[in-house]
Amino acid sequence: MIRVDINKKLHGSNGEMNLTIDLTIQKGDFVAISGKSGSGKTTLLRILAGLESAEGMIKIDNEVWQDKNHILAVQKRGIGFVFQDYALFPNMTVEENLLFVEKDRDLANYLLKITELTVLKNRLPSTLSGGQKQRVSLCRAFMQQPKLLLMDEPFSALDPSMRRKLQNEILILHKKFKTTVIMVSHDPAEIYRLASRVLLLEQGSIIRDGTPKEVLLKTSGSQKFSFEGELLEIIKVDIIHVAIVAIGQQLVEVVISKYEAEKLTIGSIVQLSTKAFSPIVKNS
Amino acid sequence: MIETLMHLDLAPFLLSFKLAGLTTLILFIISLPLAWYLSQTKSKAKPFLEAITALPIVLPPSVLGFYILIVFTKVDLNFSFVGLVIASCFYSLPFMVQPLQGGFETLNKNMLEASYISGKNQLVTLLKVAIPNSKPAILTAIIITFAHTVGEFGVVLMIGGSIPNETKVASIAIYEMVEIMDYSTAHIYSGLMVLISFIVLLSVYIFNHTQKKIGGFH
Repeated sequence: MIRVDINKKLHGSNGEMNLTIDLTIQKGDFVAISGKSGSGKTTLLRILAGLESAEGMIKIDNEVWQDKNHILAVQKRGIGFVFQDYALFPNMTVEENLLFVEKDRDLANYLLKITELTVLKNRLPSTLSGGQKQRVSLCRAFMQQPKLLLMDEPFSALDPSMRRKLQNEILILHKKFKTTVIMVSHDPAEIYRLASRVLLLEQGSIIRDGTPKEVLLKTSGSQKFSFEGELLEIIKVDIIHVAIVAIGQQLVEVVISKYEAEKLTIGSIVQLSTKAFSPIVKNS
Repeated sequence: MIETLMHLDLAPFLLSFKLAGLTTLILFIISLPLAWYLSQTKSKAKPFLEAITALPIVLPPSVLGFYILIVFTKVDLNFSFVGLVIASCFYSLPFMVQPLQGGFETLNKNMLEASYISGKNQLVTLLKVAIPNSKPAILTAIIITFAHTVGEFGVVLMIGGSIPNETKVASIAIYEMVEIMDYSTAHIYSGLMVLISFIVLLSVYIFNHTQKKIGGFH
């Protein structure tokens, strides 16, 4: 079990704010942290890793990582960390990158096998693709068999098919090593696939905490589906108005009334939802 | 001219290279930890240390030479080769520290943090990660320090004098030749200096250029 109760003053892009986190995470959980940029997600990861200081307390099982009297050095926490930019050692081959962490050749071979990197083990990072580099980085993070694995937007630089592949590999490794994982991510599909719990951060505080379904599903009441998108344009066609909304990678047209059109601002984020109606016919 | 060439005394050049080689070696060992500290620290003392390190760049060599002369008089090191080496270390310090510090500062911070997370301390990180990934900066630092020490004149003049095989380095020898109006020897000495310096700098730039092109160090 991980207990975190920390506080840190941040000078973010939106001015000064307090990162205040009071959190308990069960052993073996896969927790995703989501939120706008500048909400303190990465800082929270870095504080957990011991790369940044904060006031307060961090405990994992019975080990105190930080309290009033002392802070355990980053070297002694035995965590795994996967960076967005991979952060591999360019002067070492794939295998050497892993063995640098721990001289455990069997574990290195096992990890390379799971991630299908065995044939690349003598290659230098500069000769690998982005997806391959991130898999090496993932393997390297598991070399210490960490109690806690931290990942900072690990797949945001990868294309969707590579993401899926890596997500599967993470799930395999997560089950195998029973590691507690905390991952920063913006991708709802990724969070839904991987995480069992989501924390939504805003201005340094947790504003939502629940399962991916509870936190991420935007529908409420009798809405059957609901999307968030950017309102690009409102076109007047005769007496009706058509709104063009960008949702993800797609553009959609929606007919709206004159009054609705007056209330909307072009460029703003809008919610697009519908209520399905299904007439029922019964014997009377 | 040919006769001058035949009887050319190359001792000042050898002495210059010996001095530059020793100075570079000593400075490399001293500057590695200093440059690493300066590149990583967030301490308030950093600007002070940086200013002190950079002083020899802006100070006239005569000022540096004057202070060293005063100190050396007390410990009897004036007009000796050992004295020259020590003085050169002060004089060339920024030329070693600054490129090294610059190289370390441009390293990917996440990469260094990945090493700490892997349980490695600062020393292991410096030796196994930072240095192998800073080769162009290290080469630049070594060559510039070497070349700068070879080109040293003012400090040597003040504390070394011109004792053959002891303190009479190439730059001093040229000055002497001009003073006694032996222009042909001065020409050859000066021409040699230009040629050697150019070749040294050219090799550094070619090396760094190829490193950038292949984007790695292997």
